[in-house]
Amino acid sequence: MVEPASTHFATRLGRNRVASACIGLLGLLALAAIAGPWFFPAGYSEPSALQYAPPSWAHPFGTDLNGRDLLLRVLMGARVSLLVGICGAAVSLVIGTAYGLVAGYLGGRIDDAMMRFVDILYAIPRLIFILVLINAFNRTLQNFAAARGWQGLVDYSSIVILVFSLGIIEWLTMARIVRGQVLALKSRPFVTAARALGQSHIRILLRHLLPNLLGIIIIYLTLTIPAVIIDESFLSFLGLGIQAPQASLGSLLADGVAAINPVRNLAWMIVFPSVVMALTLLALNFLGDALRDALDPGR
Amino acid sequence: MVAYILRRIAALCAVLFCVVSATFFLIRLSPGGPFDAERKLPETIERQLLAKYKLDGTLWQQYSGYLGDLLHGDLRLSTKYRNRSVNEILAQTLPVTLTLGSAAFLIATCAGVWLGAFAALRHGGFGDTAAMLAALLAISLPSFVIGPLAILIFALWLGWLPVGGWGDFPHLRHLLLPALVLAAPYVATIARLMRGSLLETLGQDFIRTARAKGLGEPSILYRHALRIAILPVVSYLGPLAANLLTGSIVVETIFNIPGAGGFFVNSIFNRDGFLLGGVVIVYCTLLVLLNLVVDLAYTFLDRRIQLDG
Repeated sequence: MVEPASTHFATRLGRNRVASACIGLLGLLALAAIAGPWFFPAGYSEPSALQYAPPSWAHPFGTDLNGRDLLLRVLMGARVSLLVGICGAAVSLVIGTAYGLVAGYLGGRIDDAMMRFVDILYAIPRLIFILVLINAFNRTLQNFAAARGWQGLVDYSSIVILVFSLGIIEWLTMARIVRGQVLALKSRPFVTAARALGQSHIRILLRHLLPNLLGIIIIYLTLTIPAVIIDESFLSFLGLGIQAPQASLGSLLADGVAAINPVRNLAWMIVFPSVVMALTLLALNFLGDALRDALDPGR
Repeated sequence: MVAYILRRIAALCAVLFCVVSATFFLIRLSPGGPFDAERKLPETIERQLLAKYKLDGTLWQQYSGYLGDLLHGDLRLSTKYRNRSVNEILAQTLPVTLTLGSAAFLIATCAGVWLGAFAALRHGGFGDTAAMLAALLAISLPSFVIGPLAILIFALWLGWLPVGGWGDFPHLRHLLLPALVLAAPYVATIARLMRGSLLETLGQDFIRTARAKGLGEPSILYRHALRIAILPVVSYLGPLAANLLTGSIVVETIFNIPGAGGFFVNSIFNRDGFLLGGVVIVYCTLLVLLNLVVDLAYTFLDRRIQLDG
């Protein structure tokens, strides 16, 4: 399992129909989210008099409270959600891998202390804490960017903060898994050999241990992306993540819930964002599970 | 055992101290105060307001004063809901959140353990596949996707249950849908844990011994296998409670339930520092205590663990 048997891995994965279908679906979604918005007529993203129009040929997903086309909003929202998911997972990957590598490699008391800290963080409502953090730093970053005239950063400050703070809370599982693998690997002969050759600790960590961990890191990266997307949507749903007029799948769902009323049926406001969100998360989770099975068929 | 508990309580106090300090400084150091209205207040009034809410003096004086009040059990006044103390607000809203959370906790553990055991006993069969597929579905769909869809189907189209609200008395009709929505992903997580662990346990030697002794299958399952197999689930109960408390914020928003979660979100919008701090402190205390209970329960179930390390 240690050797990066990439060819076997790729064929096993390719034979898995579910995984292939998930990769296809995710590719389509990403393509639609990136390129789709360019094909819309001008004015679809602007508020219009057409409030809460049901789905039709002109507006396949209907329109929202401000008369904007919901299909375009969903695509833009998916773009933001995927971006935050991938970048946030990347941040968590760097933190978790570094933490796990160091803890596992050093071992002993330092390892105990570091893992105890992870246990404590697991039991604290991190997302609640991160809400406070985001709110504190968002204004600071906005003031900082405004003082230097970086208008681009002012508009996107909430996304930047989201990416970093979500990365900061989702690294725990990665750290645990990397540490476990390092513990198993570091007693293997090739590490002893490297040490006997007088290689530095940094070099052993980066050149010998890290390449052997790549497979498991990629699997948990795939499983972290949906977790970050869920967190981001959680914050945006509460109105604390992405700020209007920008949208993410979570804030669109919040708009849909706000539109629930017993008199008028506005189901499209809920159904379309839900379906896109559900498909994205399902595809990512199925893919992560399939990757895990492909890499470690014994389990 | 007593030494262990004492040490855990000391660690608990350290964690809470860090949480309190971090929350306080994050709120006080971020730009914008609670009285930054559109219209600038006259200086004397602002000074009086700051004095009333104990926000005057140096940062260090404010911090030590806040810690002192906390030790007396005083969470101070809310700066938004004037003349209401944080203690009052929490006394009204926390029972609602805890009722919802406990209901979801019960559903998640009972249904999860049952579903996991069901799948493990039918390993490889149709029931196993179906249960695990359902679990993956439930894990992938967060409450803010399931919740609105559940309202559309059960409340608006079928009209079986109310759209939301709580009523004066927590009625089963109001509790059922939110608790199920909150519990759904964790039923699935626990079911997966339980299935994996039971499959592993059933393959071990002591089960074979029990069979060889001629014990019946129910006796093997309930007296021997479940007792060991349930351990990973028990150790998941701490994180589960943390997730449920966080998740209940969204579920309360979706179903318009007057719990502490709504006040928490609003306190961030209103820069209502002491209310925000109060909710964070109470949530963290609850969870850290619960974790201690879970760890103790663990040792009663598994005598192989020694509590000294």
